[in-house]
Amino acid sequence: MVRLLALLCCLAFPAKAEEIVLGLSSDNVAITTTFDGSDILIFGAVKRNGPALTGEPLDVIITVSGPLTPLTVRHKERRMGIWINTDAVEVDAAPSFYAVATSAPLSQILTQTEDLRQRISIPRAIRSVGARVDNTADYTDALIRIRSDEGLYQVRENTIDFEEETLFRTEVSLPANLIEGNYATRIYLTRNGAVVDSYDSVIAVQKVGIERWLYNLAHEMPLAYGALSLCIAIMAGWAASAAFQGARR
Amino acid sequence: MQIYLPIAEVSVNAFLLLGLGGLVGILSGMFGVGGGFLITPLLFIAGIPPAVAVATSANQIVASSFSALLAHLKRKTVDIPMGAVLLAGGLVGAGLGVMLFNLLKAQGQVDLLVKLCYVLFLGIVGGLMLWESLRALLRARRTGGAPVRRKHNWVHNLPLKMKFRVSGLYISVIPPVVVGLFVGVLAAVMGVGGGFIMVPAMIYLLGMPTKVVIGTSLFQIIFVTGFTTLLHATTNYTVDIVLAVMLIIGGVVGAQIGTRIGSKMKAEQLRILLALLVLAVCIQLAFDLLLRPSELFSAERG
Repeated sequence: MVRLLALLCCLAFPAKAEEIVLGLSSDNVAITTTFDGSDILIFGAVKRNGPALTGEPLDVIITVSGPLTPLTVRHKERRMGIWINTDAVEVDAAPSFYAVATSAPLSQILTQTEDLRQRISIPRAIRSVGARVDNTADYTDALIRIRSDEGLYQVRENTIDFEEETLFRTEVSLPANLIEGNYATRIYLTRNGAVVDSYDSVIAVQKVGIERWLYNLAHEMPLAYGALSLCIAIMAGWAASAAFQGARR
Repeated sequence: MQIYLPIAEVSVNAFLLLGLGGLVGILSGMFGVGGGFLITPLLFIAGIPPAVAVATSANQIVASSFSALLAHLKRKTVDIPMGAVLLAGGLVGAGLGVMLFNLLKAQGQVDLLVKLCYVLFLGIVGGLMLWESLRALLRARRTGGAPVRRKHNWVHNLPLKMKFRVSGLYISVIPPVVVGLFVGVLAAVMGVGGGFIMVPAMIYLLGMPTKVVIGTSLFQIIFVTGFTTLLHATTNYTVDIVLAVMLIIGGVVGAQIGTRIGSKMKAEQLRILLALLVLAVCIQLAFDLLLRPSELFSAERG
């Protein structure tokens, strides 16, 4: 730890006053048949070309965002005694997964305007324009609520260990219901509610082995895939019948 | 043990799936039904997306029906020409059903359609079956004789007549085609084989002898659900082969246990139990539609 600190102090680049150096425990997540979520350790340090600035404290925000996909959020209403979907709002792009980890309460370390610019908090990360319904906010709130319940959207304030305003580490747990894609990982350094520096990295999440093969087959050769599922069903049916006959004899 | 389903893109407990398959297998062994009407709603509850649940159930039904059909073929209780006529209607119906399914999916009403279908048909069939078997039970107690069936009804006066030797029938092909068509639509929309509609329709509407009804219904169900599986696989990409295999393994084992339980019980008792089960699922789904849901919003990709 001390040696790492010393090294960081020595490596003085004349660029920004404070810069991020990042490490990830793994930069890819393999979805196998027995995949049951994954914890990723995100750690790093702040590199300075001088002594630490005194005064306002430095804070860290880490976001991990799954691939952006368009969504339809529907609202149920009672019609003729039963609850049916009535209005819908198309969300242009919402992350399939989104986690925000911070070293202090988010509202204290990030101003509204900076959040708007950098799209850090969950509501800012969801983009919906051209909605036809007046109460669009209800729909985005509902989306955040639904996904938070599924563990797909996480706000984890005060979960980053930030030592001496230099070394930081946190753990982000990816749930089991992940979709494939590149998970953009961003680290922001903030001071006085404004972003001082940011660093981008990517965690690649992909299906491997038989999961990969089946998914590709289902999408690229759907007819062969359908025929394969039927063959398995017929064989299983035949095997069951044969085993049953054998057992009765 | 968690297992990640490649198409549904969710991770589910493998033993839960085996158990679901097994439970439905026991029921299909006991009652001679495909069990699709139970497995699809149970998969919804297990957290499988509805579109995947419907398509994969169809695939699972192929396996259980094929296994049962082999037994019926051996006993020569399958009316293949009748099955083929039903099938002709069934394939057209399945095509229409998948089109309807995709149309409503785009409008966000597919859950409603599937649930309404379930409530309606499970209610009608469960109610009728309960009524019938209660009456049969009472009659058997009073007289001890078998009920007499009417020999002719309006169905026998339609044109395009054809001879069905195994069933001993000489009737028009129109009613079987219509029954097949109707069941085909249901198979695609509800992810069921439609045996619970087909069997009463064949007995009461077409006047087929009860001993060939189940085999013939199975014969056509295999083709219709097989076709439905292919259509869902090629148009929606929603057949999850891993999910299907888990359900099939559970179902195969369950069916053997179920057949043994079934052979120890009386036919009327079995039918009353099945009717009660059907009505219970129906009431559960009806409550879902009538009661205020805890979450009024829902989100889906696309």
